[in-house]
Amino acid sequence: MVVDSVPETRAVSASAPPGRRAAARAVGLLVSLVVLAGVALASIAIGAKELPPDQVWHGLFHDTGTYADVVVDERVWRTLLGLLAGAALGLAGAVLQALTRNPLADPGILGINAGASAAVVTAITYFGVTSLNGYVWFAFFGAAAVGALVWFLGGSRGATPVRLALAGTAISAALYGYLQAVMIMDDAALGRMRFWTVGSLASATHSTIVQVAPFMVVGSLLALGLARPLNAVAMGDDTARALGAHLNRTRALSMLAATMLCGAATAACGPIVFVGLMVPHLVRSFTGPDLRWILPYATVLSPVLLLGADVIGRMVARPAELQVGIVTAILGGPVFIFLVRRRRTTQL
Amino acid sequence: MKATHIRAVRTRGGLSLRVDARAVTVVVLLVLVALAASVALIGTGDFPVSATDVVRTLTGNGTRIQEYIVRDLRLPRVLVGLLVGAALGLGGALFQSISRNPLGSPDVLGLGQGATAGALVVIVLFSGSATAVTLGALAGGLVTGFAIYLLAWRRGVHGYRLVLVGIGVSAMVTAVNGYLLTKADIVDAARAVVWMTGSLNGRDWTQVWPLLVLCAVLVPLVLVNARGLLMTEMGDDLSYALGVRVERVRMVLMVSAVLLTAGATAAVGPVGFVALTAPQLARRLTRSPGPNLVPAMCMGATLLIVADLVSQRAFGADQLPVGVVTGVLGGAYLLWLLVTERRAGRI
Repeated sequence: MVVDSVPETRAVSASAPPGRRAAARAVGLLVSLVVLAGVALASIAIGAKELPPDQVWHGLFHDTGTYADVVVDERVWRTLLGLLAGAALGLAGAVLQALTRNPLADPGILGINAGASAAVVTAITYFGVTSLNGYVWFAFFGAAAVGALVWFLGGSRGATPVRLALAGTAISAALYGYLQAVMIMDDAALGRMRFWTVGSLASATHSTIVQVAPFMVVGSLLALGLARPLNAVAMGDDTARALGAHLNRTRALSMLAATMLCGAATAACGPIVFVGLMVPHLVRSFTGPDLRWILPYATVLSPVLLLGADVIGRMVARPAELQVGIVTAILGGPVFIFLVRRRRTTQL
Repeated sequence: MKATHIRAVRTRGGLSLRVDARAVTVVVLLVLVALAASVALIGTGDFPVSATDVVRTLTGNGTRIQEYIVRDLRLPRVLVGLLVGAALGLGGALFQSISRNPLGSPDVLGLGQGATAGALVVIVLFSGSATAVTLGALAGGLVTGFAIYLLAWRRGVHGYRLVLVGIGVSAMVTAVNGYLLTKADIVDAARAVVWMTGSLNGRDWTQVWPLLVLCAVLVPLVLVNARGLLMTEMGDDLSYALGVRVERVRMVLMVSAVLLTAGATAAVGPVGFVALTAPQLARRLTRSPGPNLVPAMCMGATLLIVADLVSQRAFGADQLPVGVVTGVLGGAYLLWLLVTERRAGRI
C-alpha cells in the first residue's frame, strides 16, 4: 500500500487553548479505560455457556473448582489474552503507520503475518507440531525473521517508508506462494491452518500467555517510549534530522518494537489484521497527529475493539462461536470504508 | 526520459500515428516468447510430444493420437492460459492506471477475494459442480467489483479512495472466506484451496470460447479508450481542458477491467500477482510512460504461460498449480525491483 502521505492532521478541538485540550484528552483516556474495564467484565461474564452473575462472581473470587468456576477461569485467561493482544496490535499499528508515514500500514504490510503463517505451516508439516502451544515459538520466530529480513532488504540504515512497504509486500508474496503450496500437498496442514489463519482468542491458556506476555510488555514499553522521536520522523526526513532526531535509531527501534508486538500477538491468536489498521485511524481523528496521545489511546482502545468483537462472536453463533478475526474484519470493514468516504479527496 | 525511439508515421491524407519502435519490438518479442512457451507446454506431460510434432499437428498433419492429445487435451489448456494471462495483464494495467498506484491491482483491491467468496459459497455450501463454481466465482467477482466502484464513487472515482475502499472490502471478504473455509469439511476445503491458488489443470474448450468472446469484445473497446486514459494520467483538470470526458472514459474502462478480471478469475481461479507484475514489467521493458496496455496484455499472457511451463517441468505434471509459481515469481520480481530501483536511486 504505497500511499505515501503524512498522517492526517486534524485535531477536533484545534481552537481550544492547549491546557484545556490536554485536560480533555486525559479525561477521554480515563473514560476509555472505564469502557475497557466494562468490556473486559462483559468478556468474562458472557460466553457460549450462559452463567448467572452470582456464579461468575463465585468463579472469580471463591474458586472451588465447580464446573462454572472452570468456565470462568478459562474466560479470564481468554480476556487477558484479548487485552494483551489487542493492546499489542493497536500499538504496533500506530508505530508502523508513523514509521512508514503511511496511514494504511498494518502488520500485514511488513510481512509479519506472512512470516508467522509460513513458520506455523512449516512447524505443522515438517516438524509434526500439533499443539497450539508449540506453534507460538515458531510463529514468533517467523515474524521476527521476516521483520529482520524486511529491515535489511528495505535498506537497513537507509530504509525509507516506501522501501520498507515494498520489501514487506514482496516477501509476503513469496511466502504466501510457499504457504499455499504446502497446504495443497499436505491435507493435515490445511486442516490446522484454516483454523489458525482466521485469528481466534479461543486457544488462550495460562502457558500461552506466559510465553508471549514478556515480549508484549517489553515491546509496549519500547513503543510508548518512541512517541517523541516518531513525532519528529512524521515531519519528513529532512525536518526530523534538522530537529536532531536520530532517524536510523528511531527506525530500527520502531521495527523492533513492532515486530515484538505483532509477532507475539500473531503467535498467540493467529493473524488478526484489522485492529492494527483501524484503531490508530480512529484515534487520530480525535487526538490529532501527536503520537504521545495516539499511542496511549491506541493501547487502551484496541483491546476494547478486540474484546468487544470477541464477545459479539461468542454471542451470535451460540453454542458455537465466530472467531474474533472474522468479527473484527466484518465490523471494521464498513467503518473503514465510511471513514475513507467521509474524507475530502484532498486529504487522501 | 529520452524518447528517441518514438517516430511519427504520416500518410498523404494527413493522418498521422505515433509509433513507439521500442514498444513494438517488446510486443513482438513477448508474443514470440509466449508462442514458444505454448509449443513447449503442449509438448509437456505424461506423453511428451516434440516441438516439431506439435507444430505439425497444429497445422493438421499429425497422427491420430497426437491430434487427440494436442487438440483436445492440451491446446485448450494453453489457450485458456494465454487468454487469462492477457485479460489479467490488461485488467491490471487499467486498474493501476485508474488508481494511479502501482499496487492498485485487482489482487489488492479484493476482486480475487470476491471471486473466491463466490466460488467458496458454491463449493462449501452447495458442493456444486465445476461449472457452478465458475459461475459462482464470476458472480462474486462482478458483485465485488461493482460494489467497490459504487462505494468509491463520490462525484467521480478518485484513485486513492478506490484503493482504500478496495482494501476495506477485501479485508471483509477475506474474513468471510476464512469463515467458509473453517465450516467446510476437509475434502471441500482441499478443493477450495486448489481453486484459490489458481490452476490451469483440466481446462477444456468450454472455457476457451467464453473467454475468447469476452476478450474479443472488451480488448477493442479498451484500446479505443486508451488515448483518453493516457490523458487522465496527467490529472483530471488538464484532461477535461483537453476535451477528454474523464468520468465516462474511466467508467467504461473500470467496467471493462472488472469484467476482464472477473472472467479470467472465474475460469482459472485467482492467479496471484500476474495483474500486479505484468503492467510494471511491461512498463520497464518499453520504457515509455502511460498505461502501456498492449505490452501489459502480452506480458500477462507470457508470464502465465511461462509460469505454468515452469510448474509443469519443475514439479511434474499437475503437481503444483500455476498460482504457486506466479506468487513466488511475483515476490521475487518485487524484490528485484526493490534492489534495482534502489541502486538507481529512484525510491
